[in-house]
This record gives sequence, C-alpha cells and structure tokens, in this order.
Amino acid sequence: MTHQYPSLSPEQKKELATIAQRIVAPGKGILAADESTGTMAKRLQKINVENTEENRRYFRDLLFSVDPSISDNIGGIIFFHETLYQKSDKGIPFPKLVKDKGIVVGIKVDKGTAGLNGTDGETTTQGLDGLSERCAQYKKDGCDFAKWRCVLKISDGCPSALAIAENANVLARYASICQQNGLVPIVEPEILPDGDHDLLRCQYVTEKVLAATYKALSDHHVYLEGTLLKPNMVTAGHSCPKKYTPEEVGMATVTALRRTVPAAVPGICFLSGGQSEEEASLNLNAMNKTPLHRPWKLSFSYGRALQASALAAWKGKPENRKASQDAFCTRAKINSLASKGEYKPTGQADKAATQSLFTASYVY
Amino acid sequence: MTHQYPALTPEQKKELQEIAQRIVAPGKGILAADESTGSMAKRLNPIGVENTEENRRLYRQLLFTADQRIDSCIGGVIFFHETLYQNADDGTPFVKMIKDRGIVVGIKVDKGVVPLAGTNGETTTQGLDGLSERCAQYKKDGADFAKWRSVLKISETTPSELAIMENANVLARYASICQQNGIVPIVEPEILPDGEHDLKRCQYVTEKVLAACYKALSDHHVYLEGTLLKPNMVTAGHSCPTKYSNEEIAMATVTALRRTVPPAVPGVTFLSGGQSEEEASINLNAINNCPLSRPWALTFSYGRALQASALNAWRGARDNEKAATEEFIKRAEANGLASRGKYVSSGTAGAAGQSLYVANHAY
Repeated sequence: MTHQYPSLSPEQKKELATIAQRIVAPGKGILAADESTGTMAKRLQKINVENTEENRRYFRDLLFSVDPSISDNIGGIIFFHETLYQKSDKGIPFPKLVKDKGIVVGIKVDKGTAGLNGTDGETTTQGLDGLSERCAQYKKDGCDFAKWRCVLKISDGCPSALAIAENANVLARYASICQQNGLVPIVEPEILPDGDHDLLRCQYVTEKVLAATYKALSDHHVYLEGTLLKPNMVTAGHSCPKKYTPEEVGMATVTALRRTVPAAVPGICFLSGGQSEEEASLNLNAMNKTPLHRPWKLSFSYGRALQASALAAWKGKPENRKASQDAFCTRAKINSLASKGEYKPTGQADKAATQSLFTASYVY
Repeated sequence: MTHQYPALTPEQKKELQEIAQRIVAPGKGILAADESTGSMAKRLNPIGVENTEENRRLYRQLLFTADQRIDSCIGGVIFFHETLYQNADDGTPFVKMIKDRGIVVGIKVDKGVVPLAGTNGETTTQGLDGLSERCAQYKKDGADFAKWRSVLKISETTPSELAIMENANVLARYASICQQNGIVPIVEPEILPDGEHDLKRCQYVTEKVLAACYKALSDHHVYLEGTLLKPNMVTAGHSCPTKYSNEEIAMATVTALRRTVPPAVPGVTFLSGGQSEEEASINLNAINNCPLSRPWALTFSYGRALQASALNAWRGARDNEKAATEEFIKRAEANGLASRGKYVSSGTAGAAGQSLYVANHAY
C-alpha cells in the first residue's frame, strides 16, 4: 500500500466529478426507472396491465416525455437495459430524449442477487463478469452513470460479517470498473426494512455497513468525488411496534451518515424502500432540516415513491396519459422541495410544534 | 456485528462531545507541552539548559503563566505525566492554573514506540496495559482529554499493511478505553516527513492510513463525536527536490481529509512535525482558506511550532522569562488567527496566494 499507481487521470477525475455534481445539483434528484422485466410485472399487475415490452415502453415514454421543466427537479434517470434501446412514440431514442432535457442518463448494471452459502439466507450481487466491456458500450450509448444494488437484512444473526464484507467488496469492484469507463457509480448497500427491530438497531447496522463500504472503496482506490451513495434511510423495521417521527428518522439517518460517509462524496440519494410517496418526501424533507452539518447533498433516487400515483392514474389507458404525467411531475416537484428542506405539505403543524421533536444528536 | 451493546450512555456521550468541542472552539487550538523527559533533553540541550526536573517545571511555568491573551486561542494543553503533578512557584498546581482559566487539560498516555518484527524498521506504540485504571486516575486528577501517538514512515517499502493495520488497531483500543473513562481521545497517526517522496505520495499514504484508522475506530465502537484527530499535514518529504506552495499543501491536505475523516469528528488538530513556527502557521492558514468544504474544525496541536522562539528567548535565565512568555503568546495568537484563516504573515502577499490553489481533481 505504499505506492500509488493512479487509476484515473486528472481529466477522467474531472469528468466523473462534474457528472456526479450535475446529478445532485441543488433541487435535483434521481428517477429510478430501472425496474427489471420481472419487477415491472409486479408494478403492472397491480393496475391490471399486461407486462409486454410495448406496455413497458409506453409507460417509460409517458414519464420521459413530460415538460422539459422536469429537469429542474430530476438530475438523472436510471434505465434498465431494455429501455436504453427503446424509442419514444415519435421515434426518438430514450437516451436522447432524456439527455436533450439536460438530464443525465444512468444504467442498472448488476445482475441480481446470489446466495451466500453458509449464511442465514444472505446474498451478494453478481454482474462483474465482462462489466468493463459493458460499461464501455453503455458509455457509447449515452450513459454517464451506473447503479448496482446490494442487499442486506437485519435479524438476530444478520447481517453477518461475511455479508457485510462481501457486499462491500463487490460494490467497490463495480465502482472501480465503472470509473475506468467514465461512468459515475452509484453505490447502493440497501439494508431492508423488513423485521421488528427498532430505529437504534437500524442505525447501528447502517453505520457498520457504511463503514465497511467506504473502507472497501478506499482499498479499491475509488475516486470518491466521482461517486454517489444510495443508502436506505435509517428507519425502524416494518413490524416494529414503536413508531418514529420524520424528525427522528432524519436525526438517526444524518447521524449515521456523518459517522461514515466522507465529505468528498458529492451526494447521497436515498432509496425509498417500501415507503409511500408522501412518507418518502416527508422523511427526505426532515433529513434536510436536521440541525447537524451535512457536507453532502441529501436527495432522492426514488422508484415507487415517484411512480406509484402515476401508475395508479394511468391504469394502462391512453386517455389517462396526461393525468399520469401530472401525477409524476407533482411528486418530482415535491421531492425537489424536500431535497432543499422546503417541503410544506398542507395540514402540517407549524415549525414550533415540530422543533421540539428533535432529540439531541448525542442520544444517537 | 448485528447487535449493539452500547459502549456509552447518552450522558457520557454528551460529556465527551462537549469536551471535544470546547478544545476546538472557533479560533482555538492545542498547546502540546507533553514532551517526555527524553524529548525535553533534546529541547533544553541546544539552549544550554540542564535537563533537571526543576528546569522542566520552570519552563512549563513560563508557558502556563501567559496572560489572558491566550485564553481566546488555546483550547487545550497536553501534559506529560510529571508536569501534571507539578506546581507553580506559589504552590498552585499547574492543572488548576490551566483549568481555572477555562482551558482543557490533556495527558499523554502512550508509552512510546516499539518495533514490529519482520518489518523494515516500522513500529507500533505501547501503553495499553492498565490504561483504563490510569485514565480513571487522570480524570480524577483533572484531565479531560488524552493523546496517543502512533508513527508511520514512507519509503520504498513502507508503510506496510501490517504497520498500517496494527497502528490503527492500537489507536482504536486506546480511544475506546479513554472514552469509557470520560476522556476524549486525540488520535494521532503521524506519518513522518522524512524521505524524498513528493506531495502526491504523502497524500496517497495519508489517505490509506486515515481510512484504516476510521475503519478501526468503527470496529471498536468508538464515539466519533467525542474524539479529535491529530494528523500530519500532507507535505513532501524533507529531502524532496520539488518545493510546493502553501496552497498546494493545503489542497492536498484538505482533499485527503475530505476523503477519509467522517464529518462527525469535531476537529482536526494538526501536528507541526519538523515545520518552523512560521511555516506551521502559514500552512494552517492556507488550509483554512482552501476552497473546499471542510466540515470539521481545522486547527493546531503544536509543540515545537509554539515553543521554539520561547525556548530561545528563555535560555534558562529567570530574567528572560517574561520575554520568553511573550514569544509563546505571539505564536499562540498567530495560530489562533491561522485557525480562522485570518493570519497574515509579514512575508506573504495576500492576493497572490489565492491563485496558487490547483483544482482538486488534480489530487
């Protein structure tokens, strides 16, 4: 570890840092539209729409064809492979449609989870084989960032030391390969919200997982200024009897991030997990109002939390197109405000009432 | 690693965090007056002063009796064990003198370096035995923070993975034990400036060493908000033919810290290594003017860089004490300004310095 063999030239670093900063420019976040074919089946089944290639194209077209002012709120869109090579109704390739709005195009590059033998149902994520060549091609085809999702879970014996170490390592390998090919890697170590654990437990596990992730990124010589982080928010498990306020979620999350994420990382774009659209916005807003210094942008990379209303409004009917687009734009605008801590939902108690809910950071 | 067994209560965390923040309050830094008996010999010999206990007491006294001008620029003083139990001429314990003026008392707790067999002359640091009991006693005797120095060096083959890992681990054990006893640990992983390596090499090594330190601190469940970091600045080796500007040193240093030191750490208090008094102040000033976001306080924990002129002015003569104290106050004030980025050295041109910052993607 004594000699540096620079993995990136200054020009490569500058390009990566610039891309990352464009994605998380003030008021902007990411639309995660990278649902795999199998995942789209689940989304479309709920609104009784057949999971055909055309229906998938139609829905993404609906999202990508909204007014160009969407680029005030959306800095990047994550694509699934199939979508990258589809076209709009008017025959415009989707990457071009998105890029022409000033939005950065991203691509999901992992190939799903695989079992870790000898563990309690834990996984790692595959997709490293030929990844460099795939990234080079994606870069040519218009992508400037990538996403790779690792998954951990909380239970009595999980996450295990192996799961933490293995997932951190595979994320770092992926990140290193992306950067070699001019793609900004979004690093996603998702800790699932399933379980009855409380907020403190999730915070503790999140801190351990993120510490391991950033040690691995350092070991693999990844240029942090040219990366983004996509973590879970720190929340209690779904089945936890105790309920927490957005302010408590904000404080626990920001505390965990301050203890683990170096300031060089330009932005943190939360995943929405199983949260409702409104929950995801309220929590993001609370993050951005937490009274602790936050040296990175705190924004969103939402899938369901940006699309649920749009899907429900569409129901597969062309006559609902505009209503569906409006629903999407509304959530995008709200999350943009939340990323600046300026979201004021109607009916929310005034500032004074919410202030008292902050528990001092030293309790976390 | 799945269950938390909290190492500290909320009250313990609150105390540690407040102590740390008091030490690095805006405009303040640390006087490292913890030279061991052996190190004091090296300071006193050049000025022709005999290394006796009384001389060491007289010397620390002239530092600690500085007037109220240092109250706004010194947040903490690190003591050596002997000094913690010494008194001023009028019988006032040094500890009481320092605490009464609102300055936090610290204590060096390591027991020096020992070799790592099978390496190229690398070391670890000892001092863990009975450390908890020693910390408890120091806390009773007035100390609220501690310091432990680990040492690494840059050469063709060093620092080795073992040296990095072992020193990070021992620093984390020390930190964990301190916090259990209400003492804020200053974590010092010093990378020596000896050698002919360039700025980039030092930056690279510093990043690897600090990444290892913070992983170890996480593994040992250390409460970061109740710690301080005392690193080297990122500089070229002493024998490096290329000379770098203060702005380049600042950019390399801040970049390395931004990549490794979590924002939860309240302050980074640089060691001065072999830098001259003026160099140490100018570099600290440049660091605090670096155009990159810095979420921690960036200040000083200087030994020689606060005391060199004072020692020279004193030369062991009681008649010179006032003059020597003045020299110390001057450097304390200069570094207080530097920690706010407001130090103007008589030699530097203000505006000319700004343009020397190289964009950080070059680092």
